[in-house]
Amino acid sequence: MLRILQFLYGLRSFLLFALLEVLAIWLIVANNSPQGAAFFNSSSAVIGSVLKTQSDVVDFFSLAEENEILLAENARLTEELKAIRITPDSVKIELDSALSATFKFKGARVVSNSLRFSQNHLTINKGEKDGIKPGMGVFNQEGVVGRVKSVSTNFAVVISLLNTGSLTSSKIKSNGEFGTINWDGKNSRQAKMLYVPRHVKAQAGDTVVTSGFNAVFPEGILIGTISSIDQTGDPNYLDILIDLSTDFSTVKYVYLVENTEISERDSLNQQSKIQDEF
Amino acid sequence: MNFKRLITYSFLVFILGLVQILLLKNLALFGIAFCFLYLLAILSLPITIPNIPLLLVSFGIGLLIDVFYDTLGMHALAATFLAFIRPFWLKIISPTGGYDDTIDPTISEMGLGWFLTYSLPLVFAFCLVFFLADQWGTGGILNVLNKSLFSSIFTVILAIFVQLLFFKRRRGI
Repeated sequence: MLRILQFLYGLRSFLLFALLEVLAIWLIVANNSPQGAAFFNSSSAVIGSVLKTQSDVVDFFSLAEENEILLAENARLTEELKAIRITPDSVKIELDSALSATFKFKGARVVSNSLRFSQNHLTINKGEKDGIKPGMGVFNQEGVVGRVKSVSTNFAVVISLLNTGSLTSSKIKSNGEFGTINWDGKNSRQAKMLYVPRHVKAQAGDTVVTSGFNAVFPEGILIGTISSIDQTGDPNYLDILIDLSTDFSTVKYVYLVENTEISERDSLNQQSKIQDEF
Repeated sequence: MNFKRLITYSFLVFILGLVQILLLKNLALFGIAFCFLYLLAILSLPITIPNIPLLLVSFGIGLLIDVFYDTLGMHALAATFLAFIRPFWLKIISPTGGYDDTIDPTISEMGLGWFLTYSLPLVFAFCLVFFLADQWGTGGILNVLNKSLFSSIFTVILAIFVQLLFFKRRRGI
C-alpha cells in the first residue's frame, strides 16, 4: 500500500496535469453544447463592464461613421413607412391574427466581438433587465448576425453566425428553396448553404434570406448572395457557397428580434412530437 | 518566492492580462498571426518553481484569459500543457553546470539566443494545442500548423520587445 502511495506521489505533477486538462476539456465541451449552462462567460457583470469600458473608448472614434449609417437606415425606414401607412377612409379593416405583430424589436450595442476563431461570440450591452431572452435573433442593417445564447442582468452573449455550431434556417429568395446556413470556419466573409437538393435551379448572384421557419427570425432578413455552386461533392445535395452580407469586423449596433408566439409554436410542436432544431 | 517578488509577479500578470484583453484580443496579423503575450507571465516564472504551483498558476492565468475571450477552457488547456512541458524543456536546454538557483529565464539573465531556444518551441506547443482545440473537427491540419507557426513567431518577437523595454536589467545586455 505504502509503495503504491509513494508511486502516486512521485507522479503527482503528472496527475495534477491530467486532472487540469480534463477539467479544461470538460469546460470546453460544456460551454459549446447548445443547451449547456454558460455560467462563466463575458456576460457576467465584472467582465462585461470591463469590455464595455473598452468599447466605449474604441467606439468613440467611429461615431461619425455610425451616425451616417443610422441616418441612411432612418431614411430607408421612413420611405417604407410612407408606403405602408394607410390613409384613413370609410372602410375599417379589422386586424386578424394573420396581421397582428408577432415580432418585437430591440436595439443594442456590441461591446465585444471575435471573428478569427471557429467558435465566435459577441457580447452586447443589453441583458435580462432590458427584456433580452436566450434564443432571440440578432441582425443589423446589413444582415443576420446571430442568436442570443445566454443573458445576465446587464449583458448578453450572442452566438455569431460565424460559429461552426450555429445553424440558420434560410431560403433562396428567387425560388423559395430551403436550406440551412452553416459556417465552415475558414473565411469570415463566406458561409455554406446545406441541404439544398440537386434538382434545384439556383445560380451565382441569387439572394439568400431567412426562411422564418424556425421562428427565431422573421422571414426575409438578408443573409447574403450565392457566390458559387458546385455539383461534384455530395451525391444528394448541392455545394453552395455564400458571400455573407454582414461585415462582422465592423458590427457595432445590432437589432434583436423576439417572436412573441414562440412558446405557442413550441408547445404545438411538442404536442405533435416534432423536434425543432431551433 | 518571497513576498516582494510575489507582489511584482502579480502586477506583471495583471498588466499582461490587461494588455492581452484590451489591445491584443482583436489583433490578428494577416488573419493568421495571433499574439498571446500573456504567456510571458508563465515563461518568466523562476526556473526553480515546483511543478504543482507552476501548473496551478498557468491554469489560473489561462482561465482568466478564457473568460474574456469567451473560449472557456481553451487557453487553460493550452497553458497547462505549456506549463507541463516547461520543466522537461528547461532540463534539455540547461547549460553545462546547470542553472543558478536565483536566476530567472529572461533575456537580461540568460541572453537573447538562449531565450529564443527556450520560448519558441514552448509557445509553438501552446499554439498547436490551442488551435487544435479551436478547430477540432473543422479545419485541416495545415491551417492549424500555419496559424501556430506564425502566431508563435509573432508572440516571441513581441515578448522580446517587452522584456527589452520594460524588464529591470540586472546586468548589461
